[in-house]
Amino acid sequence: MAAKKKVTKKVAKKVAKKKATAKESAQAASMRRAARAEVDQARADLRKVALDSIQEVATEVYKTGNAGGLPQMTMPQRNLANVTYDPKRGYFEMKGNLKTRTLDVNSVKTFAQTLRLMSLAKEMVSDEDFATKREAYYVSKNWGDAKFNEQRESDTVLDDIEGMFSIKDVTRETLRFVPEEHGGSVVGALTVIDRDPETLEEIRSDCAAMGSGAYTVPSSVDHLGFETTAKFVIAIETGGMFQRLNHHRYWRTANCILVEMGGVPTRATRRFVRRLADDLKLPIYAFVDCDPYGVCNIYRTLKVGSGSSAHVNRKFCVPTATFLGVTPDDIEEFGLMDATHPLLPVDIKRAKDALKNDPFFQAHPKWKKALNKMLKMGVRAEQQAFAKWGLNFVIEEYLPRKLRETKKFLP
Amino acid sequence: MADKQREISVSEFFAKNRHLLGFDNPRKALLTTIKEAVDNSLDACEEAGILPEILVEVHQLEEDRFRVVIEDNGPGIVKAQVPNIFGKLLYGSKFHSRRQSRGQQGIGISAAGLYGQMTTGKGPIIVSKIKRGKAHCFQIQMDSTKNKPVITRDDEVPDWHLKHGTRFEITIEARYQRGKGSVDDYIKQTAVSNPHAKFTYQAPVDKEEPRVYEATVTDVPDRADEIKPHPYGVELGELMKMLRVTNSRWLSGFLQEEFCRVGPKVAKEIIAKAKLGERSYPSRIAREEADALYRAIQDTKISSPPTTCLSPIGEDRIREGLMKECDADFYAVATRPPAVYRGNPFQIEVGIAWSKPGDDRLDVDDKGRIRKVKKKKGAFDTEDLLGNADEPVRLLRYANRVPLLSQQSGCGFTKAVISTAWKNYGLSQSKGAMPVGSAAILIHMASVWVPFTSEAKEAIAPYNEILKEVKLALQEAGRKLGVHIRKNKRVASEFEKRSYIEKYLPHVGIGLQEILGISNEEREDLVNTLHESMESTRKI
Repeated sequence: MAAKKKVTKKVAKKVAKKKATAKESAQAASMRRAARAEVDQARADLRKVALDSIQEVATEVYKTGNAGGLPQMTMPQRNLANVTYDPKRGYFEMKGNLKTRTLDVNSVKTFAQTLRLMSLAKEMVSDEDFATKREAYYVSKNWGDAKFNEQRESDTVLDDIEGMFSIKDVTRETLRFVPEEHGGSVVGALTVIDRDPETLEEIRSDCAAMGSGAYTVPSSVDHLGFETTAKFVIAIETGGMFQRLNHHRYWRTANCILVEMGGVPTRATRRFVRRLADDLKLPIYAFVDCDPYGVCNIYRTLKVGSGSSAHVNRKFCVPTATFLGVTPDDIEEFGLMDATHPLLPVDIKRAKDALKNDPFFQAHPKWKKALNKMLKMGVRAEQQAFAKWGLNFVIEEYLPRKLRETKKFLP
Repeated sequence: MADKQREISVSEFFAKNRHLLGFDNPRKALLTTIKEAVDNSLDACEEAGILPEILVEVHQLEEDRFRVVIEDNGPGIVKAQVPNIFGKLLYGSKFHSRRQSRGQQGIGISAAGLYGQMTTGKGPIIVSKIKRGKAHCFQIQMDSTKNKPVITRDDEVPDWHLKHGTRFEITIEARYQRGKGSVDDYIKQTAVSNPHAKFTYQAPVDKEEPRVYEATVTDVPDRADEIKPHPYGVELGELMKMLRVTNSRWLSGFLQEEFCRVGPKVAKEIIAKAKLGERSYPSRIAREEADALYRAIQDTKISSPPTTCLSPIGEDRIREGLMKECDADFYAVATRPPAVYRGNPFQIEVGIAWSKPGDDRLDVDDKGRIRKVKKKKGAFDTEDLLGNADEPVRLLRYANRVPLLSQQSGCGFTKAVISTAWKNYGLSQSKGAMPVGSAAILIHMASVWVPFTSEAKEAIAPYNEILKEVKLALQEAGRKLGVHIRKNKRVASEFEKRSYIEKYLPHVGIGLQEILGISNEEREDLVNTLHESMESTRKI
């Protein structure tokens, strides 16, 4: 009896378990349905906005043209002269200088190409497809006379279209043009929650469980969720330094997240880091070469965005980021003088140009001082220069020492 | 030694120095012979107010023997004068007259006869008929030591085919070759500067039809007046000679009668400056105070000589002549007012024919649309007058309507062309060189006395007054050319820009059709409307 009871109990338990599983799976299914509906709705909304905007621009051109006028297209100017920087707001903002392209003999080719790329965008939005910049360039090869001769030309037109639609709050991603470049690599105490594009099933990627590899930032990051125990994020310029820190599991020792930027960070990487800063409230430290390119291009773009993408800077930069190193002071403090290279004429030009024209450096006296010091020293130092004191000097000495005084980081 | 001294006749001198008269080599001899005869024919016709019709025939007899025939419809020559005109050097009507004519010294045609006689042994045959006389045929031999003609034949020609005119026929040693400085070149260039004359030219080429250059103008150029010398143009030696031979008894009268532009007041001033008496005997002054008189003349302000003695070709005729013989896109002509060098009045005229490089011409219509027009080809046989776009421009030099065919580099005209800044006028030019371009520049100097550098009449001496006038004329015509070339370039670049419209505008239509889903017709309408709006906002 007892045995029987036991058996029944077991069965009952099993049934209960089964019931629970069924209940769970039913719950999951309804959640998935809800998620799918939500995603579908969001997508449909975006799609409508995009299609309406394209329609609106084209109709305007058509109407003006039919009335015997010369059609115009208006877009923001994309350069440093058209941005302002307020340290309190934290990123480059567009001043609102617009450029108007009127149809004439000089602009007719660009005009035609813009309309044809808009037509491509319309098709992709309707079909839920996408094209990389390179693919868009190849699509034009079927346009006869109006084709692009180099990808540089199609990129410029795409940027113009993006600018034109940014006024209507439609992003390049919504128009289904995706960047070619993949995002940076990520390792450390971070779990990224993504969805399967087909089944919409949740996928969790543990960035501490990537072995000797790393998690790669996808081209679109706004749908990602995060879980972390880390204390801060280091954004690293070079793949070499990232590998060293990853190999020796520095992220475990220091309890942090490491992001490899690979030169000037792509938009996706910038947005990813920005979300780490916003959602997880983590401090972001940049670790780049001590040269004008590392400071004026890589770090500046990471922190406040760039002049040419001023219309998207609001979301695609990390205003809370600070500068860990390598600073000109570090060169002296860590005895790197004999591990430096002289600044090249292009470096000097870049630094002087930044001091003169870049609103970011003009707003920060500390940076002015640092850049002037770099110019005065006339040398640049790479992240790898610490290897002079031993391969792992950077892990054992440099980073711990710097991280003890994060308040002193350059803004 | 003393017994070896004797007189040298001009004919003997020529026999030894034939290059001075343009008979340096067989090829040039052929040209010079024809040139001298044609010049005389044109002069004679114009003098008599007849529209010239000139026949030039060249027949090859042997490898280096040619028979040359030049026949004109001029007034003819009085029988008694024929032997002297064609058989005596330095005999003529033009040397002493201060009137514009092609010939000057009276050497040319008799030199050609002498050359023929020296190279082939045969003298010239001349047939001439005046209106109210009978045609006579002479054959002449020249006695070169005595500079005298010897008549070997003198026949009457009963039925000559012309009412009046002259035919000159001679056999000479020569060589025929086409190209620059050839007989063909000469005839063509002469046709350019004499659009009132008709030329029929038979080249010594088998089975080639005679070439006819029709006259396009039907009036004979105005006959130039004869003038007395201007005081500034007379040198001391000549002044002394004039003082010796004059019929005047008083110095004041001498000055007023023998020179132009000298009235009682000017004569008085000159005489006062020379510290002479108005009633002095001219022949006495010739011995003693001529130098003072000469200086006084130079010091006195005397107005310029009258210009009625000049007969310029005229802007219309130059344009006509160039258009007749050059297939160009643009013609510019400039005429300077008469000027004076060393007391000789002269006038400079310039014409430029310019052809657009390439095969197509762009025309702009009233509505501002630009169209491509194919050039007509082969209508003219003028490849030789307009060079290619990468060659130096052709320079057509004329003195009193006579083309100058050789010694271009030593000519004052060339110097003037080179020292003009052609870059300002749309032609490329390297330093110290002729401008480059598919163009011909015509320069004509009309003067009672053209300062040739040699008796062969091939190049003009670079007097400053002449250079200055030529340059000014070139600049004036150049400015017109520059305006045209710049406009041409503007039209070409505008045409290229507008071609973008046709190339890319359809794609604007396609893009809009794809986005808005409009019909093909609506698309076509839009593209046409846009095309109109875009064209109408362009300016040239």
